[in-house]
Amino acid sequence: MRLFEFAAPKSLEEAYKILSRADADVRALAGGTDLIDQVHQGRRKPSIVMDIKGIPEMKRLAFDREGLHIGAGASCTDIYNFPPVKKNYISIAESAALVGSVQIQNRAGIGGNICNAAPSADTAPSLIVHNARVVIAGPKGQRVLPIEQFFLGPGQNAMAKDEILLGIVVPPPPASSASHYLRFIPREEMDIAVAGVASMVVIDPKSKVCKTARIALASVAPTPVRAKDAEAVLEGHVINEALIREAGEKAINAAKPITDVRGSIEYRKELVKVLTRRTLTKCLETLGNR
Amino acid sequence: MAKIPLVFKVNGEQQEILVQPYQTLLSALRDELRLTGTKEGCSNGNCGACTVIVNGRTADSCLVLAAEANGAEVTTVEGLSQNGQLHPVQKAFMKYGALQCGFCTPGFLLSAKYLLDSNPNPTEHEIRLAIAGNLCRCTGYDKIVRAIQAVAQAEV
Ligand SMILES: Cc1cc2nc3c(=O)[nH]c(=O)nc-3n(C[C@H](O)[C@H](O)[C@H](O)COP(=O)(O)OP(=O)(O)OC[C@H]3O[C@@H](n4cnc5c(N)ncnc54)[C@H](O)[C@@H]3O)c2cc1C
Ligand code: FES
Ligand code: FES
Repeated sequence: MRLFEFAAPKSLEEAYKILSRADADVRALAGGTDLIDQVHQGRRKPSIVMDIKGIPEMKRLAFDREGLHIGAGASCTDIYNFPPVKKNYISIAESAALVGSVQIQNRAGIGGNICNAAPSADTAPSLIVHNARVVIAGPKGQRVLPIEQFFLGPGQNAMAKDEILLGIVVPPPPASSASHYLRFIPREEMDIAVAGVASMVVIDPKSKVCKTARIALASVAPTPVRAKDAEAVLEGHVINEALIREAGEKAINAAKPITDVRGSIEYRKELVKVLTRRTLTKCLETLGNR
Repeated sequence: MAKIPLVFKVNGEQQEILVQPYQTLLSALRDELRLTGTKEGCSNGNCGACTVIVNGRTADSCLVLAAEANGAEVTTVEGLSQNGQLHPVQKAFMKYGALQCGFCTPGFLLSAKYLLDSNPNPTEHEIRLAIAGNLCRCTGYDKIVRAIQAVAQAEV
């Protein structure tokens, strides 16, 4: 393990002081399930590792008129066990329950997942289809960004060196909507997505017309991406089998995958198509069962 | 780099030790407290040999800094038996032959205890998901699953 100092601020003010130290390269520590190994391998070389879990705001989990508030230090286990998440943000619950193993989920959070900004981050597409906003904080104040602007490239996010993620706000889901996330891995758990798809649809209960569709993809581009062509196929129409097939085809337009050990370009595109169809079908099933 | 004090409870006993800021909980348990029941396999969160319970939740201790455990309550495999009596999962692992070399066993025992504490009657699928973060090179998992089922069905 490389040498670094450890800090465990108990308040945001204390954290901002540490972040302002000009001589230091500070890295926030949430669950540590990405960071500890990265430091071990020498891929990150912080001079200070700052545990944020002792800051009360970071552990926040709440559901109010503004929507769902997920503190950057809340664990996946905390998040998917929070009843409003299970009930109103199915896709987010599903993706948090896919991250690693039980041991990993007990530490790792959605905050760390998005800050790490891996193209394969399982929770990112779900946050995108739910229109989440990220709350970024630092000594110079707070700012809010739409989640889609947060990802800049593999391992790169939109925060400055002296900023940290405070949390994520997800608006209340529209009435008569449903969301789901599916990924493909060669086994049932404990692997990195070859491709992942989240879908969210809003259906008018009377006319059955799709008012809004949002589809986002993981592991098929340098950042998570929206499949806008596929969304356009569905919006303004009554979704049927043929439209679901067409949306699957169109979702491929947004995928710019690479070939690596997990899968080839062609394979990943095929997965995007199939997973888009499956998530849309699941959304309609969920709405039908309500 | 200056060592930092770590005050925490391990298997019910208060401990005060000095650790390096970059030292993992796994290393603190094994190298400082000489609790070598907790094993190091992969050091990157994949094998679960280093599983311990921190404040009621399992964690891979290779991915936790010792300093993060300040004020925490930690249970290792050494803390599973009570008053000289093995824990039911330990008895079941023996009875059902759920180990060969034994290197993975401490981790499996803690994952099994954690599952059964919150879900006393898991399905086979739930058991398999609950131990997905623990790797075993020897047994093929089947006997481990049977042992955990036996505890659930009070057959130990
Ligand atoms: C065995 C294993 C299996 C895994 N499986 C999956 C999987 O299936 N799907 C998946 O998506 N990921 C997986 N991961 C990766 C990892 O567990 C997730 O990305 C996890 O969500 C990271 O969260 P964390 O809280 O542990 O982050 P940390 O490791 O604490 O942090 C991750 C990065 O974000 C930064 N950071 C964290 N919090 C903040 C903050 N508040 N402000 C600024 N920066 C911050 C850190 O400095 C670090 O660079 C797996 C990892 C392991 C070891
Ligand atoms: S040694 Fe910690 S998970 Fe393998
Ligand atoms: S018994 Fe040998 S690794 Fe499991």
